[in-house]
Amino acid sequence: MNEQEKTARLEAYNRRTHIYGRIACGVTLVMLLGAPFLMGYILGAMPDMRAFGKGFLAIGIVWLVSCVAEYLVYTPMLGAGGGYLAFITGNLINMKIPCAVNARDIVGTKTGTPENEIISTLSIATASLVTIVILALGVLLLIPLQPVLQSPALQPAFDNVVPALFGAMAYKYYRKNMKIALWPLVIMSALFILVPGLLGSTSFMILPSGAIAIGVAYFRYRRSRKETAA
Amino acid sequence: MEILSRLNSPAMYLICGAIILFVALVCVFFMIRAYRAGAAIGMDKTKMKRTITASATFAALPSVGILLGVIALSGSLGTPWSWLRLSVIGALHYETQVAEAAAEAVGLPGLSASAMTAQAFTTIALLMGVCIMWGMVFSIFFNKKYLSRLKAPKKNGAAGGGFGDTAMTAMFIGLVSAYIGSYIGALVSGAGRFTFAGSWMPLAVVAVSAAVMAAFVWLAEKKNAAWVDNFSVAGSMLAGMAAAVLLRGV
Repeated sequence: MNEQEKTARLEAYNRRTHIYGRIACGVTLVMLLGAPFLMGYILGAMPDMRAFGKGFLAIGIVWLVSCVAEYLVYTPMLGAGGGYLAFITGNLINMKIPCAVNARDIVGTKTGTPENEIISTLSIATASLVTIVILALGVLLLIPLQPVLQSPALQPAFDNVVPALFGAMAYKYYRKNMKIALWPLVIMSALFILVPGLLGSTSFMILPSGAIAIGVAYFRYRRSRKETAA
Repeated sequence: MEILSRLNSPAMYLICGAIILFVALVCVFFMIRAYRAGAAIGMDKTKMKRTITASATFAALPSVGILLGVIALSGSLGTPWSWLRLSVIGALHYETQVAEAAAEAVGLPGLSASAMTAQAFTTIALLMGVCIMWGMVFSIFFNKKYLSRLKAPKKNGAAGGGFGDTAMTAMFIGLVSAYIGSYIGALVSGAGRFTFAGSWMPLAVVAVSAAVMAAFVWLAEKKNAAWVDNFSVAGSMLAGMAAAVLLRGV
């Protein structure tokens, strides 16, 4: 296959990815929003729309802002296919993003390349399927599994899934980028120490932290280009 | 708990199971398409298979953590809805918070089965769906344009070229730093500013997990055991979580 055929094939693949992705998102949305009404019909109690309106004004706006930020930040990391799948299946920060980044790192693809698009989609589809299977098995075996999963002895392990994940990822990414990592790490630590109220909003602090890291990376990138040019 | 038996009825399982099955089929469809497209453009099949193996092992442990979220929510919202929420769009971090806030918004004293009514449940379920659906909505309307804008060549191509990859790595470093910073902040000021009385456990887990990852990297790079890469994150996480169990009494 020559370069021209390869490009044409990829363009057709991407075009169809957007079509299928939009259809999948649309159908999922209809089913997800329709389910409470269908359940309401079965239970004989439809959602209270006044209470819903009040609730949306109270909490929905905050999540809307958070979703905008997540969308803008994570879509370029995930690509088209991976993006549609990740936003359908959720658990972005604690699974899909690190999983896609890890796969990209293992295989050695670059962001924005066709290879990265393929790897990202494969990675997120696999991770989503594993979660779906494990949750389905867990629900099926809920009664026998519950005492094990909720045993006080194992509780600390499950309370620390996210620190365990980020510890491993931190080593992988900090070791080659310590000069970039130092800034957000120090600034974020100082902020959380001085304003402990922020501890409940860690997911919102990802944006400024990411902005700092990108700023430092860009500064270093510009400097290295200038040095190369000189 | 009459309400819980109604929320756990076969009809509820059927509704939620059907949606989850649809999402699973979407994943399989996207996976096969991506694999075929990769093979067609000449990508190394070993690399694609490695991606699948590494992602499957990577996802196993966090999935067990997510299962705990299902168990936690099932006591008040029933198992089928909790199962659906954490399989589709939901996120372990947000779901309990949103459910709790939604329960308060509809006038319940909190998220508990004792106060739950059928109408409160359907209202909470709708509110939970609407609050977290925006990523999908934006994907439908803006994904194509947004991604094509990002791919479009810059006018001064030389200046922008090559930074995209670094920017994504930097963003990820920022994400990890925000969380590790929060663990440091929680230790130092979590129980009052500069009291150092907060929990040190997340930081200890980060340290153990990072140390085990260092061992995996050493094996992969110095001992030419590249295959360990596939299991390095899962193995490091397992060690970190095991350390949490062992250090609990310290």
